[in-house]
Amino acid sequence: MTRMSYRDAMRQAHREALAADPRVFLMGEDVGLYGGTYAVTKGLLDEFGPQRVRDTPLSELAFVGAGVGAALGGMRPIVEVMTVNFSLLALDAIVNTAALYRHMSGGQFPVPLVIRMATGAGRQVAAQHSHSFENWYASIPGIRVLAPGTVADARDMLVPALAHPDPVVIFEHAQLYNMEGEVPEERSADIRSAAVRRPGSMVSLVTYGGSLPKTLEAAEALAAEGIDAEVVDLRVLRPLDMDTVLASARKCRRVVVVDETWRSGSLAAEVMARIAESAFYDLDAPLARVCTEEVPIPYAKHLEDAALPQPAKIVAAARTLLGRSR
Amino acid sequence: MIEFKLPSLGADMDEGKLLEWKVKPGEPVKRGQVVAVVDTSKAAVEVESWQEGTMHEQLVGIGTTVPVGTVLATLLEPGVTAEAAAPQPRPQPQAPPAAPTVVAPPAPPPPAIPAPAGERKAVSPAARVRARELGVDVDQVAGTGLRGAVTLEDVEKAVRAAKPPAVAAKPPTAASKPTADRTAEMRKAIGAAMGRSKREIPHYYLAETIPMERAAAWLARENGKRPVTERLLMGAVQLKAVALALAKTPELNGFWAEGAFRPSASVHAGVAISIRQGGLIAPCIHDVERKGIAEIMRDLADLVARARSGSLRSSEMSDPTITVTNLGETGVEAVYGVIYPPQVALVGFGRIEVRPWVDGEGGLRAMPLATATLSADHRVSDGIRGARFLAELRERLQHPEEL
Repeated sequence: MTRMSYRDAMRQAHREALAADPRVFLMGEDVGLYGGTYAVTKGLLDEFGPQRVRDTPLSELAFVGAGVGAALGGMRPIVEVMTVNFSLLALDAIVNTAALYRHMSGGQFPVPLVIRMATGAGRQVAAQHSHSFENWYASIPGIRVLAPGTVADARDMLVPALAHPDPVVIFEHAQLYNMEGEVPEERSADIRSAAVRRPGSMVSLVTYGGSLPKTLEAAEALAAEGIDAEVVDLRVLRPLDMDTVLASARKCRRVVVVDETWRSGSLAAEVMARIAESAFYDLDAPLARVCTEEVPIPYAKHLEDAALPQPAKIVAAARTLLGRSR
Repeated sequence: MIEFKLPSLGADMDEGKLLEWKVKPGEPVKRGQVVAVVDTSKAAVEVESWQEGTMHEQLVGIGTTVPVGTVLATLLEPGVTAEAAAPQPRPQPQAPPAAPTVVAPPAPPPPAIPAPAGERKAVSPAARVRARELGVDVDQVAGTGLRGAVTLEDVEKAVRAAKPPAVAAKPPTAASKPTADRTAEMRKAIGAAMGRSKREIPHYYLAETIPMERAAAWLARENGKRPVTERLLMGAVQLKAVALALAKTPELNGFWAEGAFRPSASVHAGVAISIRQGGLIAPCIHDVERKGIAEIMRDLADLVARARSGSLRSSEMSDPTITVTNLGETGVEAVYGVIYPPQVALVGFGRIEVRPWVDGEGGLRAMPLATATLSADHRVSDGIRGARFLAELRERLQHPEEL
């Protein structure tokens, strides 16, 4: 076991990917000289040179589109987009091009492109840098969507994502970069399944990404009250691993979905609908969710905290499902 | 481990009392074998096992009354030994969780709002499924879940609370019970089932006069060839005619369950049999459409004898897909019956009587006639289909040699 930060794990993954395959290169705003907005790519320019680590102009549509072209041409590009908010400028390249070409060419033109982007709130950088649109991407056939929520996943998901024949979008919650954790020596190549992060029996807390540490914290608080909670980390947001989610729902019979996207049309809504479709008669309480309040993410600290899912809200939701008022 | 549960032996059965074990622990059990005898307030019924195995643990003592769905005994799967199955601790009620020690941010407690009168009681889907399995009436269970909903644990607690400890001493048997008690209990059971039928089933009624000359003549010829002990009754002929006529109107034969009709491929005809000390029971003859009239007659005689002595089998109680009642002996012209849930139809025959009849050529003559009636469930069929059934029944009875 080695202890490292999420940021270091991500950097190690890039270094190994660049070293292993000459077709792999990295591009994005400030990834080279500056070392990456979140310092993920610090040092890589010196190590691999400007051919492999390329700074781009401030035009998401142009450089994501260039990534699509490079992937079509046989390269294995990693494109970093500074935040999910800015990725909206590149939606045409991702949704109308990258996600469709293999389908529309009868399998002749796969697009093996990896797009990484930071997501989420909690750092007082205001509404235009704080939103979560994982649910939008997770609704698009033709792409795979990953959300590493642990240090080990930060290290291990990039390589299998590059090996995947279709575009893969990786969401990195900006609050996670400083998180430290133990990682095992052996690597996982799993970009298909969800993971049970904490086994439990009375209520299943289903979450992903930046909400995972908050949910684990809530599970500990619930345990102190005698409520044994299970925590399921979705990890893969498209396609959803419903076998793992349904097994947990059937076991615990009560489910709270924790998701930092806005409540309306959230990923939580989709997960809840699928549980209701498949496990309705196994449930012992209505399905519940903790999502972000339906406001642009506020700048003021107390308002930002109030808008987001927090451990206390998760604890309250779980308690309510068990018929315990306090 | 196979669970041998107390089955529901009819719409009027909520509980049953174990009278006797027919198999000892360690003895093998075959599919269809009688394992226990249970008193249903109507009769002592022999309960069969539908799975093969070895009797393991008998969980309910003789003389104990338990709700439908209760596990009476466990059977070991074929090939499994008691040793292999032994380390199975009985589930213990969970200890209450420790008092909270963490100070969490205060949240206003959601008020416990009882469900307003007249609203559907909140029952979780899992609790509803379990209650059905255990035969628990969820309306009688206090809910502790979100907004007072009945939860899975509430249902299981209610069952544990209702289950009295097993009695070791030999209890009075059904036969030794005062007759007045049994009659009162049976009256209550009939009242409950028929009350439910009339509340829930939108009955419609049809009647048809059926010439019985040919059937009577055929029966007389047949009986002329038979020794007295093997003579056939018109009731057996009518049962077979009903079973064959149902082929064209399958919506009269089967069960109404969970808001939908489930037709039955075979006709298991429940035969209404009156009990001498009062009351009524309607166990079935299985697969009537496939049996000859002589075989139906033997089954009928056997069934009547056993119904009156109180030794019916569980499959005979729970399988009827339609009921046939014949009040012919007592001399009424027609009977309009009440459907026995979850069945969807009942066929009645009145007495056979010689009355004036206008034949096909317009001639008036004396003819033995019987009135056949149909009570049917309007949720499943309409009058035109019921009429088709009675017409088919009439035609079948004109060709008794083909029955």
